[in-house]
Amino acid sequence: MKFDNLSMELLNTITDLTQIPDGAVNIRVDGESIVRNSSAQVTITSREDGRGFSLVVKPGTQETIHVPVLITQAGIQETVYNTFNIGENSDITIIAGCGIHNPSHSDSKHDGVHEFVVGTGARLRYVEKHMGQGSGQGKRIMNPTTRITLHSGASAELEMTQIKGVDDTHRSTIAYIEDKATLKIVERLMTEGDQVAESDVKLNIVGKGGSGQIISRSVARDTSVQVFRASLLGQVECNGHVECDSIIMDKARISSIPELVAEDSEAVLTHEAAIGKIAGEQLIKLMSLGLMEQEAVDIIIDGFLR
Amino acid sequence: MLELKNLYMTVYDENGPAKEIIRGINLVFEKGKVYAITGPNGGGKTSIAKLVMGIFSPTSGEIYLNGEEITQLNISERAHRGISYAFQQPPRFKGLTIEDLIKIARPGIDQLALRGTMRDVGLCPEDYLFRDVGPGLSGGEVKRVEIAQVLAREAEVSIFDEPEAGVDLWTIQKLIGILYSKFKNNPNAITIIITHNENILGICDEIIVVGNGMVQAQGTREEVWPLIKDDVECKMKEQCGELLTYEI
Repeated sequence: MKFDNLSMELLNTITDLTQIPDGAVNIRVDGESIVRNSSAQVTITSREDGRGFSLVVKPGTQETIHVPVLITQAGIQETVYNTFNIGENSDITIIAGCGIHNPSHSDSKHDGVHEFVVGTGARLRYVEKHMGQGSGQGKRIMNPTTRITLHSGASAELEMTQIKGVDDTHRSTIAYIEDKATLKIVERLMTEGDQVAESDVKLNIVGKGGSGQIISRSVARDTSVQVFRASLLGQVECNGHVECDSIIMDKARISSIPELVAEDSEAVLTHEAAIGKIAGEQLIKLMSLGLMEQEAVDIIIDGFLR
Repeated sequence: MLELKNLYMTVYDENGPAKEIIRGINLVFEKGKVYAITGPNGGGKTSIAKLVMGIFSPTSGEIYLNGEEITQLNISERAHRGISYAFQQPPRFKGLTIEDLIKIARPGIDQLALRGTMRDVGLCPEDYLFRDVGPGLSGGEVKRVEIAQVLAREAEVSIFDEPEAGVDLWTIQKLIGILYSKFKNNPNAITIIITHNENILGICDEIIVVGNGMVQAQGTREEVWPLIKDDVECKMKEQCGELLTYEI
């Protein structure tokens, strides 16, 4: 399979790949899976309903898996369901992400549902980068849904980044954390123009000794709007922490709504939320080191979202 | 040479002029010398530093660097002309590391010089190079990072605003040694240290006492020390066997 330059560039931006990688891979372009390779330990097959894939990792596997999605044609609107079954005691990295190039005036939309089951004692790192490009008036829309269940002693870290060019997004993340399992979710978001981004994260800690952490860093510029709801439910003895930190600029609007629900006296749940503009002192400091004001703003934002 | 000519500054609030905080400052700073600015809190020391860096604008008066008037230049332009300022209370940056900040201060700095600068301020590069300059650092650590940035710049004019504040005693002794070796008799550097610390005053060529927005006294250490001794000198010095005095 040969990629055109545009697809390759988009692929590189969201995954850092410069060629088709070895190992298990599924690359979906414009509604079709155009590269699909299973490996000895990881099998990727189409779901019976034909609306996505089912990925199964054998127990004890260590591997990096790539499953990016590209949309380069105008007006494509799709909904995809993918399931990931991570076998016991595996150590897996999954590089996902979605890039939309839409130069037209009709909307492009990708709604992806990812469902994970992380087996006992397994470790998962999931990296998802979303970006949109193209100068047309057609909107670039992404609505990702992530459902994840962590079995006993499993751990997962989900890194979800949306930095540029996505006009409209509603992200939904629901997790079930069983005993001694650990989940960390890191969201980074930047919106500009009149973009709208909503994110609902709900962590349910259902097993004793489970822990969950949500870290959100966001920057809203121009007239963009962000709504972030982070909810932690501790049903048993557990630890949970929510941290939402936002930089607000121009005429943007940010709502940050943390919620803690404890159903056990041994549940320890905390949250911190802060919204503020870039401090004048920070700009002055960087300018006194020789940066121009705009360079200082860019460096502060890049660092904040890193 | 850095020259402040007849500087005045009034701060305003919503009701109009509130207070004239700089009232006719005339100072000349020459290369190769280390100057101390001392005096009571609220007397105008930091305002003078901020006027030089371009953070504050004077209501009237001029500032010259090597004969060029820089009064109208903005902060970045003055930084490029060779002015550098270590804040008294440096801001924190979530997501920027110590390495990032020093590299902004001195673009193209090599790894060895970067590590050397960090060691100069008592931060082991192994532990600190990639640390975030965010809430995880203590006040003293942030202050040392701030001083490291100014040291890395090797600027023509280096202003340190109370470098001793929030830094532990051991580090102060080391800091004085660094200031001494880098700036004392350095023919390319004008060094201005705002300080209340008698040991730092000890290494300065000239002491300028600022109070009430004006220069109240100026001269060599020998000339000025008797005037401020009672305010600055540690009253308990003898009980420490005078160990606090830095020997030059």
